[in-house]
Amino acid sequence: MSTGTEQAAPSTAATARDAVIAVRGLVKTYPAGRGRRGAATPAVRASDGIDLDIRRGEIFGLLGPNGAGKSTLVRQLTGLLRPDSGAIGMLGHDLVRHPERASRLIGYLGQESTALDELTVSLAAETTGRLRGLDARTARAERDAVLAELGLTELAGRAIKRLSGGQRRLACFAATLVGERQVLVLDEPTTGMDPVARRAVWAAVDRRRAEHGATVVLVTHNVIEAETVLDRVAVMDNGRVIACDTPAGLKVLVADEVRLDLVWRDEPPLHLPEVAALRPAAQISGRRWTLRLPQARARAVIAEITGGQAFAALDDFTLATPSLEDVYLALGGRQKGLVKA
Amino acid sequence: MSAAAPVVPGTTGATPGTVPAVRADPAAAPLAPRARLLPALGAVYRAQLSRARVARIPLLFVATFQSVGIMVMLRGVVDGGDAEAARAVVAGSSVLVVAFVALNLLAQYFGQLRASGGLDHYATLPVPPAAVVLGAAGAYASFTVPGTIATAVTGCVLFQLPLVNLWVLAAVIPLAGAALAGLGAALGLLAPKQELATLFGQLGMSAALLLGVLPAGNMPAPIGLVRDLLPSTYGVEAFARTFDPHPDWVMVGADLSVCAAVGVVSLAAATWAYRRAACR
Ligand SMILES: Nc1ncnc2c1ncn2[C@@H]1O[C@H](COP(=O)(O)OP(=O)(O)OP(=O)(O)O)[C@@H](O)[C@H]1O
Ligand SMILES: [Mg+2]
Repeated sequence: MSTGTEQAAPSTAATARDAVIAVRGLVKTYPAGRGRRGAATPAVRASDGIDLDIRRGEIFGLLGPNGAGKSTLVRQLTGLLRPDSGAIGMLGHDLVRHPERASRLIGYLGQESTALDELTVSLAAETTGRLRGLDARTARAERDAVLAELGLTELAGRAIKRLSGGQRRLACFAATLVGERQVLVLDEPTTGMDPVARRAVWAAVDRRRAEHGATVVLVTHNVIEAETVLDRVAVMDNGRVIACDTPAGLKVLVADEVRLDLVWRDEPPLHLPEVAALRPAAQISGRRWTLRLPQARARAVIAEITGGQAFAALDDFTLATPSLEDVYLALGGRQKGLVKA
Repeated sequence: MSAAAPVVPGTTGATPGTVPAVRADPAAAPLAPRARLLPALGAVYRAQLSRARVARIPLLFVATFQSVGIMVMLRGVVDGGDAEAARAVVAGSSVLVVAFVALNLLAQYFGQLRASGGLDHYATLPVPPAAVVLGAAGAYASFTVPGTIATAVTGCVLFQLPLVNLWVLAAVIPLAGAALAGLGAALGLLAPKQELATLFGQLGMSAALLLGVLPAGNMPAPIGLVRDLLPSTYGVEAFARTFDPHPDWVMVGADLSVCAAVGVVSLAAATWAYRRAACR
């Protein structure tokens, strides 16, 4: 047994047994583009030495801004991309050596799915089931069950490309679920969905975990989704995992800080010394100032601002406990690409 | 950071492709079964056919309209007494429908599927590559049936050719369809860019049009050679021969065999191209 991680030696054997997915030292570089007229694009190291252990029955999230390398990572897990180096083990199978086995272990929902566009919702689900090796009767039965579960029965006869964006995504998700798999890999499954559809996805994912012990890898850049449904999250930035823990565990990292948002009616009253003093620390976007402060300091600032002349210039203010976004920023994430909705 | 270490020892001895479960590592989970070739082919075929309803009908109509239009135009040029020219025009126009749909549209479809990442969907399912290629090729060949028959019947009426041997279309369409669809699929999957896939498909169809609908007798030698290289030519010739009062069925069979052979080779090439395109 060689499970070389830098983590505590005694736990590695246990980790390897529990780990449904184990990723070690994964590196993938997209080669430099040969742009025309000197407009060459540089090579991108989209996976830059990734180590992960994902346990059985876990809903494991990959959170990070655009371009962080989330899709690149899951495309290597699903055998679509070959890593430059590193190891991927899934349920005892070496997926770098045998990428073709991934399709027999994983149900995958890609970030954009165009292959099913011109089929009806029902035929897309049924065909996908057939191609997962189900016989005709089972495929039809599972199709009906999944469409009912996701509230898609009404839309079953409609062509996917004539649906709304959120409905389309839900239909593709339905196809992913036909033909049971031990691992689900979902790349931004809820993009464009309304809260009802989103909850249907989360419930379906949760049911598969509870009833079949399925393990789920879910890519998101939605902080709310991450905090609501994930057991553990890997925060990614620039091809690296910069933190990996439960959402609550990650928030402990910044537990003594709170976020203060000040929204000005118009121009901020910079002539007031208490306002001018805040400016260097504020992250400014339009009329909104965001400050990350220790709790006591935040309370003092609020007292100052709301008690003085500055209050007249203030449109709104909120004080919030840290979210995963704050964790991400505190960890040194460079970009501000996370969605809060 | 630790060096990359193999996390799954002991899987190396597994025979690749053992169905259903490869369990070299004693702890390794069993793999879900693969989809078998014929059921998967059937499922892809059925799904592709249904796409016609959503997306392809206008183009199928265009394919037929183009061929009938060519025949009507040439009716004014081809002398009523020139039987060889009349046969070439009718046979060429009919097979042109197959080239339009199976070669041109299929090349475009696979080019677009590849460019948009649509192949990922199939690549992440345990489906034999041949099932995807043959299912799509079969469906596109099927799309050509109504248009080809309509064109052939219209042509026979226009040029006063006998309708008795039109049954040979039952062999011409699938065999020319296989050859041209295989070519179309291979072009679409091999073209480095979607635009090139479209371009190759269009060029292939133009070649079938320019070299297929006129009698070969009047062509300069180099062009005749190009014509001989085009798989649609053999479908055209086979079909044209059946308008003879006493068709030479051996030659018809020989021409169709060429189509079949090209079909086997081009579909195999397309399957290989699919494998290559699906896993990067
Ligand atoms: N096919 C490609 N060729 C070259 N570079 C690529 C390719 N795909 C992705 N990249 C680059 O690799 C990096 C990681 O991309 P990736 O798609 O993995 O990001 P992501 O985290 O999934 O982002 P998003 O949230 O937008 O989906 C980005 O810098 C991107 O520009
Ligand atoms: Mg992505």
